[in-house]
Amino acid sequence: MTITENKTTNVIGTRLLRREDPPLLTGEAKFTNDLNIPGALHLAVLRSPFAHAKIKSINVSAALKIAGVVAVYTGKDLQTTWASPMPCAWPVTTDMKNPAHYPLAIDKVNYVGDGVAAVLATNETASRDALDAIDVEYEALQAVVDLEDALSDKNIIHKDLGTNKSYTWPLLVEETPGCVEEAFKKAKYKVKERYVQQRLIPMAMEPRAIAAVPQPFGGDITLYSATQIPHILKVMTALTLGIPEHQVRVVAPSVGGGFGSKLNVYAEELLCMALARKHNAPVRWVEERSENAQATIQGRGQIQHIELAADEKGKITAVRVRIIGDMGAYLQLVTPGVPILGAFLYAGVYDIPKAYDFSCTSVFTNLTPTDAYRGAGRPEATYAIESAIEALAREMKIDSFELRKRNYIKKEQFPYTAFSGLVYDSGDHLSAAEKAAKLTDIAGVRAQQKKQNVPGATKLLGVGMTSYFEMCGLAPSRVLASLNYSAGGWEAATVRVLPTNKVQVITGTSPHGQGHETSWAMIAAEKLGVAPEDVDVLHSDTAISALGLDTYGSRSLPVGGVAIAMACDKVIEKAKTIAAHQLECAAEDLQFVGGTFSVKGSPDRALPLAAIAFGAFTAHNLPEGCEPNLEAQVSYDPPNFSWPFGTHMCVVEVDTETGAVEILKYIAVDDCGNQINPLIVEGQVHGGVVQGIAQALFEEAVYDSDGNLKTSTLAEYLVPAACDVPPITTAHTTTPSPTNQLGVKGIGEAGTIGAAPTVINAIIDALSSLGVKSMAMPASPQTVWKTIQAARGGKK
Amino acid sequence: MIPAAFDYKRASSAAEAISLVGQYGSDAKFLAGGHSLLPLMKLRLAQPAMLIDIGRVKDLSYIKDAGKHIAIGALTRHMDVETSKVLHEHAPLLSHAAAHVGDSQVRHRGTIGGSIAHADPASDLPATTLALGATYVVQGPKGQREIAAAKFFKGFLESDLAADEMLVEIRVPKMQGAGWSFQKFNRRAQDWAIVGVAAWRRKNEAGVALVNMGSTPILATSVAGALAKGASVGDAAALASNEADPQSDLNASTEYRKHLASVLVRRALEDASK
Ligand SMILES: Cc1cc2nc3c(=O)[nH]c(=O)nc-3n(C[C@H](O)[C@H](O)[C@H](O)COP(=O)(O)OP(=O)(O)OC[C@H]3O[C@@H](n4cnc5c(N)ncnc54)[C@H](O)[C@@H]3O)c2cc1C
Repeated sequence: MTITENKTTNVIGTRLLRREDPPLLTGEAKFTNDLNIPGALHLAVLRSPFAHAKIKSINVSAALKIAGVVAVYTGKDLQTTWASPMPCAWPVTTDMKNPAHYPLAIDKVNYVGDGVAAVLATNETASRDALDAIDVEYEALQAVVDLEDALSDKNIIHKDLGTNKSYTWPLLVEETPGCVEEAFKKAKYKVKERYVQQRLIPMAMEPRAIAAVPQPFGGDITLYSATQIPHILKVMTALTLGIPEHQVRVVAPSVGGGFGSKLNVYAEELLCMALARKHNAPVRWVEERSENAQATIQGRGQIQHIELAADEKGKITAVRVRIIGDMGAYLQLVTPGVPILGAFLYAGVYDIPKAYDFSCTSVFTNLTPTDAYRGAGRPEATYAIESAIEALAREMKIDSFELRKRNYIKKEQFPYTAFSGLVYDSGDHLSAAEKAAKLTDIAGVRAQQKKQNVPGATKLLGVGMTSYFEMCGLAPSRVLASLNYSAGGWEAATVRVLPTNKVQVITGTSPHGQGHETSWAMIAAEKLGVAPEDVDVLHSDTAISALGLDTYGSRSLPVGGVAIAMACDKVIEKAKTIAAHQLECAAEDLQFVGGTFSVKGSPDRALPLAAIAFGAFTAHNLPEGCEPNLEAQVSYDPPNFSWPFGTHMCVVEVDTETGAVEILKYIAVDDCGNQINPLIVEGQVHGGVVQGIAQALFEEAVYDSDGNLKTSTLAEYLVPAACDVPPITTAHTTTPSPTNQLGVKGIGEAGTIGAAPTVINAIIDALSSLGVKSMAMPASPQTVWKTIQAARGGKK
Repeated sequence: MIPAAFDYKRASSAAEAISLVGQYGSDAKFLAGGHSLLPLMKLRLAQPAMLIDIGRVKDLSYIKDAGKHIAIGALTRHMDVETSKVLHEHAPLLSHAAAHVGDSQVRHRGTIGGSIAHADPASDLPATTLALGATYVVQGPKGQREIAAAKFFKGFLESDLAADEMLVEIRVPKMQGAGWSFQKFNRRAQDWAIVGVAAWRRKNEAGVALVNMGSTPILATSVAGALAKGASVGDAAALASNEADPQSDLNASTEYRKHLASVLVRRALEDASK
């Protein structure tokens, strides 16, 4: 590996403070809504108060009379504006049903929050007043809210589709036909479980914000958006609006979190652009918190049925999974693909034969569309297998850690070709799990539990664990093609050494909290032998970084970061030919150490990169055929996913009188291969774990039977704060990825994947003596209390 | 989150505030800390045409030892109630409860008078002052009158205050060394209570009030009555919900709320007996 060969500067692996933080903490960083755009009109969107209704009439005349209101548009008014419906880039099957979806509803609304009319006004207050003045007559229809109800097709939402089913996506892998069924027949132990992944609201701290600024001449337009995906947005808005792509520039200024919710092409982006062009004036919009809850995509939303078959030792012999996926009212950018991203992971970290029967049927409901949310499909899969293995351990009456040990894919088996044909390039589950157990002091906790959980006790102790495998670093383009995804999974990077030996790194990733500027500078600094502060990282503006596929799916480092390392290699390669020319030696005789080329064996014959950079700029003395300037560009398509893994454990105490759960200890052992900056890795794990704890204990998008969101403010939607979560002990094992030269794997989603099942398993463990065998999420005090009551059969 | 248009006047004294309210009538509202009113306005659930800002009426922000009771000016911020030495000594239950209101930003803006005048059954200080047998002093165009806390709360966000009256002072009897406890049960540390209990106890005498167990703060008279007759803490706590009529919401059904109330009252009484 180049990195180890050339290791001289030792930047990689240090806890460098994030260069992003001072501007963020002092307010210098500019978010979209901070941009000063003279003359901008303000957009406000009137949203449906009904989950399912016909629009009978819309009267905008009173709204138009309000001072400052410039125009009001309905869906019908704008219908000719769109070159095509809003995009869904992941038609997972050839017969997938996809209802036409436009930025404003035409004659029917399909969820509470569906856009009905757009107001443009010279100020925000007038735009909001106008919303109150628009008179819409609706004819309410029965809403479809429940997934199993949707599946029954009793009440069809999109009549023209003839069904609420969007698709069924099967993955049946059998060594011999019928072997799954046979394994279940022969199994000594079997479990059959049903889990509900509640809907979650991503709740990025910065809501969505947009400004579309048209150029007065020539038709160019710049879209500023709080987005994770400026590059994808450029292509998609150009196509949807019918604008030549080269006339669209997308800029993502500082972006305050996304978690997948800003990985989309949204109605408001298209409205701002279309209306900016119509009025030849900038149009801006910022989302209110309750709009964010209703009209930004939500996450999860699955009912999972999982069955495991096992032999007398508990070795898993077959896995059968049936999923119902909640698409919501429409398919957004990658909505249908989310359950599929988990489809390969329902055997988790375990060595199973080719006896795997998965199928997902996804349905439409009259609810906010779902889409990718931190982990996207993989937390769901991990939750199911890691809960089911606990159920299997209970069935066998053995310790669940012992059962896991009997099933883990062993270190020696890597690279491991899974039942699915995917190659898990590296892993060491047992080491991570043992480390977690040690940090938890599992023996001590179990002893304490014996003492504490006696009959009549009201404070019960429980331990939970999860071992996970993540499939991320999205993704090899050919694999994406086989999954019918419309784009590739490569990433682009340009590395440019300026005449004064300062470096520009241009990346196609689009950070929104992950610290790419710091980490990418560290990679280039290590490679080129310069100081990290001499490296500038440019990103998130399609006029500067023209190529890229943005940030999601824990892809930025294992794809985008590796592309930077490769571009550095190319720069070094070119510099080497110049150095050889100027030192009058063969390129093969040169070594590059600490930013200097020298002739092997005669260190005094040397040239620093700085001299070569200046020489490449003056171009006075370059080898024959060598182009001036020191710059290289790489588009890197990863040959495999990246496969981070780890084990999380926690200890909880449950108050059986109130149902309150307290997490006493949380241990996260994650293996993301080599760490570029451990400080950033820990931050990602902390944030992820908290989001997983949030799913386990706090958060749920609650709808009533009419499809009204009951949790549309932060008073009802319970995002935990720092004081609501335990201290998190992070630790790691290091199993470098053999797939890429940096040996890195993604870490953005790992925490979220590990935490929810860890916490729920601990609660069930605490309550097992009361006969509790399952726990719904979120395990609110009331839910826990009711579950205890039910297990006691009503007895106190 | 943009309120409807409104006018704004700043009052420099209670008398001026009351006269301004008289002038603008039912379209006007007092603005104290704004931490209940402004959120309602931003959601456009409240649309007063005129705000009369009493937040800077300095002479209504005080905590004084008045002999038998402690007198607290209506504009006193929660943070001052929380940290007051006088209250720590004579009414520690109240300062402790104030420390459980929201987060520190809320406590630096919100006022005890605003909290009581707003009459939200989920708020901590109305129930706490109720448990302590406080008296509220209100001032109107015709002068001042005193209302016992037990008579003040009329319904959800409804009190005995007339539109042109202002709450000016809260009088809290000294606790004289009584044991006390404040139990706030919520899902996140900074949330409103799902159920809360403010209680004090001196031998067989006790005061117990409940947060969020009905449309007003609830005085649990059955609990105090049972204790006076010598009932055990457990038996008395079982009567926690006798006067309550709790609603059902996302966090708790009526049944669960009643159950929580009896658990929390029991814990509060045990705690207060230590
Ligand atoms: C995020 C958040 C969390 C909170 N958490 C809690 C909590 O956990 N527990 C809790 O108890 N409270 C909580 N609160 C509410 C907070 O305590 C408020 O400050 C308090 O309820 C109202 O006081 P205020 O001074 O802000 O009143 P304002 O909002 O200014 O006024 C409230 C109402 O009372 C009227 N009013 C105000 N003062 C007077 C007066 N002197 N005379 C007559 N009428 C008057 C106003 O006209 C208005 O109708 C929270 C608030 C927020 C924003």
